[in-house]
Amino acid sequence: MRKTSLDAVYELAKRDRRVVFIGSDLGIGTLKQFKAEMPERFFMEGVSEAHLVTMAAGLALEGKVVYINTIATFLTRRCYEQVCLDLSLHHTNVRLIGSGGGVVYAPLGPTHQAIEDIAIFRTLPRMTIVAPCDAEEMKRLMPQTLDWDGPMYIRLGKGGDAVVSRPELGFQIGKALLVREGSDALIVTTGITLQPALAAAAQLEQSGISAGVLHMHTVKPFNTEALLAQAARVPAILSIEEHTIIGGLGSAVAETLAEANFSTPKRFKRIGIPDVFPDKYGSQATLLARYGITAEGAVAEVRKLLGR
Amino acid sequence: MTATLSLPKPPPVNTVKLDERSLALRRQIVRTIERGGRGHVGSAFCLVEMLRVLYDDVLRYDATNPRWPERDRFVLSKGHGCLALYVLLAEKGFFPEAELWRFCKPDGMLGGHPEFGKIPGVEASTGSLGHGLSFAVGFALNARIDKAAHRVFAICSDGESNEGSVWEAALSAAKHRLSNLTVLVDYNKQQSYSTTYEVLDLDPFADKWRAFGWAVEEVDGHDVAALRAALARAPFHGDKPTVIICHTIKGKGVPFVENNLNWHHKNKVTEDEVKSLLTALEGDR
Repeated sequence: MRKTSLDAVYELAKRDRRVVFIGSDLGIGTLKQFKAEMPERFFMEGVSEAHLVTMAAGLALEGKVVYINTIATFLTRRCYEQVCLDLSLHHTNVRLIGSGGGVVYAPLGPTHQAIEDIAIFRTLPRMTIVAPCDAEEMKRLMPQTLDWDGPMYIRLGKGGDAVVSRPELGFQIGKALLVREGSDALIVTTGITLQPALAAAAQLEQSGISAGVLHMHTVKPFNTEALLAQAARVPAILSIEEHTIIGGLGSAVAETLAEANFSTPKRFKRIGIPDVFPDKYGSQATLLARYGITAEGAVAEVRKLLGR
Repeated sequence: MTATLSLPKPPPVNTVKLDERSLALRRQIVRTIERGGRGHVGSAFCLVEMLRVLYDDVLRYDATNPRWPERDRFVLSKGHGCLALYVLLAEKGFFPEAELWRFCKPDGMLGGHPEFGKIPGVEASTGSLGHGLSFAVGFALNARIDKAAHRVFAICSDGESNEGSVWEAALSAAKHRLSNLTVLVDYNKQQSYSTTYEVLDLDPFADKWRAFGWAVEEVDGHDVAALRAALARAPFHGDKPTVIICHTIKGKGVPFVENNLNWHHKNKVTEDEVKSLLTALEGDR
């Protein structure tokens, strides 16, 4: 997913002179071709995220479209004030490409796990947050980032994630995708949780439960209408995300459902990382399993919600 | 060029008698504070000479077309000194003087820190310290990418230089050899709680900038002729960013405000205080 997004930045830069790339201290050879062909628009600025976010804002205020890539925690936690003031307040066209969203860096421990990135960015006016589910969806996203108005956070998965997106469904920033129809329950996803959600829906079908899957690759702006249209059709709704249950996709779904005031109350549950710092290592899969962010977890929660 | 470490020898300050223009600009700051009822008084007073030289003699701009692409960019990274900037922007015609009288009012354009997008002539919203220099680096890099001739200027403060991001930006500007960037640092040696020596000592300040790869000069920040001469010489080096360390006196111009930390920021300025300030700024007239 990361390679796909950075390759796309290179392609965008070739056809649009406004495109600038900034990395912090990325792996050797990153975007080598970009650097060789357009050195004046390629920057590797060192481990100084606070500075490079504001520097990017300066470039963007002058008309550039700036793509920054480094590890997600460093782009969200470390320079939060720079993102808030210099990207959001100034309404700049800067795209933050955060490597290792969620628990991708499980073996590296809590310093590298971006588990509240969506929550803290959701509170920023003008910020757009997109979490594609696989490299193919990333390919569809990237061309649309060029002329998008305002700052954007692009949350990257691990890479090599199973491709579950479907080209025929199209892709539009801000528009949720109904990946599967269902009449008993609705599973709402973002990022790579589309995978376990689809697997869960298939398993539930075996036991006669019809679960729909709504993929909200864009968590902000939140596609309220799409969620409400699908939620209205079912008695139970489940959100599943690779993120703390506080403030992310699940919270956005909960806020929307609560204010919808359906005449018949809905059953609702959030799956995500509870209010803790993950305390185990292993792999991304280890931690996802630990917190039930899996097809099995989703199946169990849907059954509980429906009492079936 | 080898950087040599030396003990800080600040040039003599406060030997310069303020001329009528400097006094008049300060009186206008006081009148603005009178309407708003509050403001960073001392922080604005020490910037007056730097800003007047920039706007009178150095910066290229068109007040009727504030986004003129060929303008020089100026960032007041020390956002809390904005009263001095507002007074100059109004005088130069970026907005009507009447805006000054709505300072910090609900319907006013001018707040306690300068805002981009609201105030013509303001290139970046500052107020939180340690952002302006990075904006300036971005502007200067953009000029280089676009092969544009305009230059970039910024004013930072000494207290602001406590922020690590200032030094991240300093490294970056030197790495990119941004000779199109000139920074003035307002070195009044006072911050909110106490002196910079007590809170977080910056000395040897000039040597730090030299060691970070900048071309450095030190001037009396209230000496208009010296500021003019230094800015006329800038860039000091064809391959380095320039920094001019301006030794100033916080609150310069009014004896009871000078180096008086109670005047760093005032939440409430009384009628009597306004009278005393204006009287002190009358000069020899």
